[in-house]
Amino acid sequence: MRLNYPPNVKIVKVPCTGRVDILLILHAFESGVDGVYLAGCLEGECHFLRGNLRAKKRVQYVKGLLDEVGLGGNRIEMYNMSSAQGQRFAEVAREMTEKIRALGPSPVKRSKVAGGK
Amino acid sequence: MIVANRKSLEEILAMLKPYKKVLLLGCNECVTVCATGGEREVGVLASELRLSRSKDGEEIEVKEQTLERQCDHEYIDQIRPFVGDYEVILSMACGAGIQYVAEKYRTKVVLPAVNTTFLGVTLEQGVWSERCQGCGECVLHMTGGVCPIARCAKSLLNGPCGGSSNGKCEVDKDTDCGWQLIIDRLKELGQLDKYEEIIPVKDWTSSRDGGPRKRMREDLKL
Repeated sequence: MRLNYPPNVKIVKVPCTGRVDILLILHAFESGVDGVYLAGCLEGECHFLRGNLRAKKRVQYVKGLLDEVGLGGNRIEMYNMSSAQGQRFAEVAREMTEKIRALGPSPVKRSKVAGGK
Repeated sequence: MIVANRKSLEEILAMLKPYKKVLLLGCNECVTVCATGGEREVGVLASELRLSRSKDGEEIEVKEQTLERQCDHEYIDQIRPFVGDYEVILSMACGAGIQYVAEKYRTKVVLPAVNTTFLGVTLEQGVWSERCQGCGECVLHMTGGVCPIARCAKSLLNGPCGGSSNGKCEVDKDTDCGWQLIIDRLKELGQLDKYEEIIPVKDWTSSRDGGPRKRMREDLKL
């Protein structure tokens, strides 16, 4: 559809939002990103049945973790859309960018590789 | 398994205030099953510590290591080669494991990242429930396999109290009355006559009240 969306949104493709692990999100914040959002299928329409519901619960859990840490749970969100909804995709990208811009950059320095093993 | 809860990040950060190099030790057994201190939870806590320190402009180096168990010296010995590189050990094992690490590495400060709570079972993924209090004198054969010590809030030995109502304990509307569970089970097993057998006054010396306990098998000692 060749719609525009803010260039600061980096897309990480996954087969299902249910694949997104809590640690992946936390490591993203460790690497210095200002916000993370998961864009999953509409509820009830997950191709893998419940992946998007698992993702929703994990996003809630990470919100709690980010509040605990002091970064703020509002830096992570869950959105649902159909892969046919190009407009919604662009709209969400804009909405999230504005939200994060208002919150300001993440206070976490772009530190060395997350993992420390 | 032994069930524990992770301490709040606030409490852990307060304990770690003076330290910059932390060895974060997980345990692959009970605390993994109750999703409190296994490899994944070690990863999450390490991440939280790094995020929190980084956001305050401070440093922290966290080495993540999950041992098979922390209650056997063969496994605790595995960290000997590098334990000297760290200022403090933060353990996510149960209280037994944390103490054993402290006993083995006497010159190291060992901190608890979890609160150890009960002996329990997995009801469903994500839900764990208390079943045993290690009283040292099991009466499960008399109560149809339901423990009156662990599942009755008052640990009564011979039947419900007046607070038992609609199968629930007066302590909490979601807590089952242990004795209701016992009676129902005895009925199912056709063993209601066991209910009439009086369990005598308990000798609590077999439990914690007798002091810290030990078990020995002479034939196994080397």
